[in-house]
Amino acid sequence: MFRQIEGSAAVAETVARCRPEVVCAYPISPQTHIVEGLSDLVRAGRLEPCEYVTVESEFAALSVCIGASAAGARAYTATASQGLLYMAEALYNASGLGLPIVMTVANRAIGAPINIWNDHSDTMSQRDCGWIQLYAETNQEAADLHVQAFRIAERLSLPVMVCMDGFILTHAYERIDVPTKAQVDAFLPSFEPRQVLDPADPVTIGAMVGPEAFTEVRYLAHAKQLQALDLIPQVAAEFADAFGRSSGGLVRGYKAENAETVVVALGSVLGTIEDTVDELREEGVSIGALAIKSFRPFPLEEVRAALGAAKRVVVLEKALAVGIGGIVSANVRMALSGIQLHGYTAIAGLGGRPITKKSLRALFTDAVADRLPPLSFLDMDWKRVEAELQRMGEGGRSGPHAENVLREAGIVAARSH
Amino acid sequence: MAEQRVKLYQAGTFVVGNRLLEPDERTVQARMDRSNSLTSGHRACQGCGEALGARYALDAAMRATDGKLIAANATGCLEVFSTPFPESSWQLPWIHSLFGNAPAVASGVAAALRAKGREDIRVIGQGGDGGTVDIGFGCLSGMFERGDDVLFVCYDNEAYMNTGVQRSGATPPAARTANTKPIDGHPGNAFGQGKDMPRIAMAHRIPYVATATVADLRDLECKVERAMELRGPRYLHLFVPCPLGWGAQACDTIKIARLVRETGLFPVFEAEDGEVTTVAKIRRQVPVEEYLRPQRRYAHLFGEHGHPEIVARLQAMADENIRRYDLLPNDGCNALATHEGVKTLHPAGDGAL
Repeated sequence: MFRQIEGSAAVAETVARCRPEVVCAYPISPQTHIVEGLSDLVRAGRLEPCEYVTVESEFAALSVCIGASAAGARAYTATASQGLLYMAEALYNASGLGLPIVMTVANRAIGAPINIWNDHSDTMSQRDCGWIQLYAETNQEAADLHVQAFRIAERLSLPVMVCMDGFILTHAYERIDVPTKAQVDAFLPSFEPRQVLDPADPVTIGAMVGPEAFTEVRYLAHAKQLQALDLIPQVAAEFADAFGRSSGGLVRGYKAENAETVVVALGSVLGTIEDTVDELREEGVSIGALAIKSFRPFPLEEVRAALGAAKRVVVLEKALAVGIGGIVSANVRMALSGIQLHGYTAIAGLGGRPITKKSLRALFTDAVADRLPPLSFLDMDWKRVEAELQRMGEGGRSGPHAENVLREAGIVAARSH
Repeated sequence: MAEQRVKLYQAGTFVVGNRLLEPDERTVQARMDRSNSLTSGHRACQGCGEALGARYALDAAMRATDGKLIAANATGCLEVFSTPFPESSWQLPWIHSLFGNAPAVASGVAAALRAKGREDIRVIGQGGDGGTVDIGFGCLSGMFERGDDVLFVCYDNEAYMNTGVQRSGATPPAARTANTKPIDGHPGNAFGQGKDMPRIAMAHRIPYVATATVADLRDLECKVERAMELRGPRYLHLFVPCPLGWGAQACDTIKIARLVRETGLFPVFEAEDGEVTTVAKIRRQVPVEEYLRPQRRYAHLFGEHGHPEIVARLQAMADENIRRYDLLPNDGCNALATHEGVKTLHPAGDGAL
């Protein structure tokens, strides 16, 4: 049944219907509404049995999930931004131990400068921590992906991150068909752990492994991700059969077939990109888009199949790999090994800067004309950057960057220097 | 048949032989059916206090819970020497996750068991002093504060031994560690630093806090048994000498653990709901020098270029503990180490081996 509902509330209700037995909560914007919603459901007795644990840090949140999952419970938590980084050590540990925890990440920038708004810096920084990373384009998909995530995680005994754009999705009210209890129960079997702490059958989990076997154990993690390349589309197809709508999968093309120019992106920005593609198509431009839904595992073959025939590829990234440029681009280029085409990286939407149709149109038009530099920054105010670079060049105590740039923008009250 | 002379007190320890006790009062370790949770063949150093303490603590907990026990271990010596691939010394379900999260992992296990209605299975978290008072401190405090049903055992050997004897928040003043060397007049570890973790645990007003040493192993067992009778967060701070890190003889582990209590440097007590309920009395107070001398980590305090003033400061700390915890016998004679009006842990008081 469709309801007008906030993205976070839809995710909370959907997660509850997946019957997690342990939910850990530590507040960080913009994921808070999700765990608040789950708290209400637990307190109202609508999610039983479930232990709702309010921890003292994100590091503890994931650590409690690790203990719970190892003891055979379905475990869930949510975080964002600094919180994801604060649990970084535990992220690697959860995947290394092969514990099928599901976590929502409400994508948000990473400081400094501190910034609460959306981009993909957080999850991109943890792309190699061994978790499966699924990116939602819409709130409907964000809700649906959680049902799929538990199934994928528990089948492979690997943790899964469901990444949804902070505020843009988490705080948006939309018409959503929240999966019902009956639907989820039919789709998601109960959790049968591959390993469990059980006095009746004692095992040692987390033993030390030296050079003699470390490579093999790490490869097993990789092998499971490769298995996920088959499992993710399979679960998405079964989901489509059961729920009557398409969500998830590895990639999704939009007018990409035979397009000369294809724009690659992840998450909610695809909507704006597709609108822009439609407009340019009407003007006769051969352009399409490719949504990457699973960033880990990275679907090399599907990306190659979708982009290999294009003349040029524009990767629109909501994260910046300082010192080189694009992160998604590097992965896309790996998929296109040996294929000659123009590749452009456009960094956009950092720290919540709106990505408008107008700006995208200009970007794509420049790309189509091959006027773009290999690395560009959407709507960058170069004047501010140059002013600060000049200040630094003058030597001496030039002051904090963030404050200087804000002052340049007239946001901080002027102070004499 | 000639009469056999029974020596009640051997080697000046006041320890009563286990064979003299009623079968019910004998140690868990003396029983045929002990669980050997941390079984032999592990790679701890000779004389390791932590290995000894862990075996007694876990076997006692296993006995108290009828074998329904899960352990979560912090990174550190105990984890490394017990689980070198492809071997494990653990004969109970055991998980090692990270250095700083053992209390939280234990909380997670407890939460899972609660959700599954399996609260008959109990949970122990354990780590060294670094994993407890330093890097695991936040998670431990959170576990206490939430009231999670976990017994956390800190095996305190007063420094980061696994990484090569660096200072921790539990390293005592004047001790030499790899990064508090007595170079250029520095007296080793500084005075006025460090955490009194048992007191911090008590400040959370958790049901049970106890300290113990590996010199009084029956006392340790009794405290674990008491802890397992209670629900909620419980904390056991166990003094475990480290021959390698302290520069002591492996054969002196028990002696040093006994001396630390008899000097007053390490008060042995129990506390329930934030209040001290029992203290282990000192039969005859020993000067701190007797405790310090067998350990090379204090060698710079003695000899030609020694620091008698530092030894005096350490003696003052011991005296302060004795005053604060009322550690000397009240009647002036060799009273048994039981506190007036509180439960007698064991007839031998000091514990029996």
